[in-house]
Amino acid sequence: MSMRTLPLLFLNLGGEMLYILDQRLRAQHIPGDKARKVLNDIISTMFNRKFMEELFKPQELYSKKALRTIYERLAHASIMKLNQASMDKLYDLMTMAFKYQVLLCPRPKDVLLVTFNHLDTIKGFIRDSPTILQQVDETFRQLIEIYGGLSAGEFQLIRQTLLIFFQDLHIRVSMFLKDKVQNNNGRFVLPVSGPVPWGTELPGLIRMFNNKGEEVKRIEFKHGGNYVRAPKEGSFELYGDRVLKLGTNMYSLNRPVETHMSGSSKNLASWTQESIAPNPLAKEELNFLARLMGGMEIKKPSGPEPGFRLNLFTSDEEEEQAALTRPEELSHEVINIQATQDQQRSEELARIMGEFEITEQPRLNTSKGDDLLAMMDEL
Amino acid sequence: MVAADLEGPYEPAVSRADLGLRVHWCVLPFRVLLVLASHRGIQMYESDGSTMVYWHALDSGDATPVQAVFARGIAASGHFICVGTWSGRVLVFDIPAKGPNIVLSEELAGHQTPITDIATEPAQGQDCVADMVTADDSGLLCVWQSGPEFTLLTRIPGFGVPCPSVQLWQGIIAAGYGNGQVHLYEATTGNLHVQINAHARAISALDLAPEVGKLLSAAEDTFVHIWKLSRSPESSYIEAAPLL
Repeated sequence: MSMRTLPLLFLNLGGEMLYILDQRLRAQHIPGDKARKVLNDIISTMFNRKFMEELFKPQELYSKKALRTIYERLAHASIMKLNQASMDKLYDLMTMAFKYQVLLCPRPKDVLLVTFNHLDTIKGFIRDSPTILQQVDETFRQLIEIYGGLSAGEFQLIRQTLLIFFQDLHIRVSMFLKDKVQNNNGRFVLPVSGPVPWGTELPGLIRMFNNKGEEVKRIEFKHGGNYVRAPKEGSFELYGDRVLKLGTNMYSLNRPVETHMSGSSKNLASWTQESIAPNPLAKEELNFLARLMGGMEIKKPSGPEPGFRLNLFTSDEEEEQAALTRPEELSHEVINIQATQDQQRSEELARIMGEFEITEQPRLNTSKGDDLLAMMDEL
Repeated sequence: MVAADLEGPYEPAVSRADLGLRVHWCVLPFRVLLVLASHRGIQMYESDGSTMVYWHALDSGDATPVQAVFARGIAASGHFICVGTWSGRVLVFDIPAKGPNIVLSEELAGHQTPITDIATEPAQGQDCVADMVTADDSGLLCVWQSGPEFTLLTRIPGFGVPCPSVQLWQGIIAAGYGNGQVHLYEATTGNLHVQINAHARAISALDLAPEVGKLLSAAEDTFVHIWKLSRSPESSYIEAAPLL
């Protein structure tokens, strides 16, 4: 599997997270300056140089659970808090949206355009903050440098790695259902019309040649789809028309973010398996988290700025209800493992995790020998 | 039919981390082996899956940290089993009539990018000694003659897209590409004789029904097509016609 996948996965999921948070901040009428602060803090943490350095190192993808921990950390990088149910919903929406984008990319290389679309919009969120803008542009340049020269074969491997990461994820998203890009069984609809990928000919022609390479016969046939020529290629520069719409912000104030959790238990068989079987990669995942989160510089909230809670649902009652009725298999309960064996790593991770400020619930046990993951459970 | 499961009871176990697993029945003169290729290496089992007869760990020596290491592309040729690798090298294993005494007899150099697929057929006669085609991520095809030492006969260059799937039939090479095209080449000369704009997305797989000369192409555009392959009675140039 490709060792270059993580930056693309992380940045695109992060982009989707910001789109959703931005929409919810506006829907919940959070004052403009507070909303801007939250987005600025999160974006600035995401594009922190040390963190990006760790992210861009060649490495394998880790599990959805491990990745979710990073986003939970990110979402709490500012004065905003999310309850468990809202965080669950946020992660579900992020992952389904990016899965959709990857699936529908006409060429494997177009996942880079999707990433650029996310970054372009992120730059829009922070256009008044030149320092953060610079961080984002730095990452942009790194992406162009690393991915700009990759071959089609390497992008195909990246695509496969991403799709395997998203395999068996079939959460229904009401916006996708309404737009008929997702079926009721959670599967996405693959369109058979529209422009062909850049570099692909319109299907429907057979050409036959002689030994000298001269065309001697041709047959046309009906293909079954309804394709047109690609108008132009999207730009892979720092600025430019990406042409592709995948990865642009599909949320607006009028399109609420909802997920359907009921009736999807049939698709959860593999999720159940994942949470019951002991995870042999657990130790490596902890190391990965320690490295990545160690690179995250979370600014301690200074000054009198009071925190607030963001709700991904339309009411507190709905949020509570969602937490209660969430199918067992989908709850992101972490597995208990003996992380204490790797004492040094455990301590470092414990220190990082300790930076989580939980003012509501006092932590009951603070002995170092405790399961690290039990601490994560308390978030 | 074999369905590849991610959990196997044998050591080295095929575990959850073995994503991108390829499986192929290799029909040899005196036995059938089930061959699995993944990022760990190559496993060969007796055809009923009861015993693992051979395990080859991949040598990642030359790989840079950023390169993915894996085996991909499996085919049987006579009493050899050929498996492609991430480096472009093709491993040739000599298989005895029975038992586990399998030997890596040769490593073929011809490709610089990861192998995607290998196709074989018995040699067609004196005029066409080609019996194996290997394809890679750059779209390059290499045409070989098998033997105690394999000989590279022709190279058919790519054009910037991977060739995920290749078939060989009666001296005709059928290649499916990442841009949705299917090409038919004459194996002896390497000349392109048929170019089909078959699909709107990358081709996932080709399959061939040898008795009737029908080629099937499946692609990420959700379509499956069937083509009739033939030779022109006058010129004996390769031709293709759409059936489905």
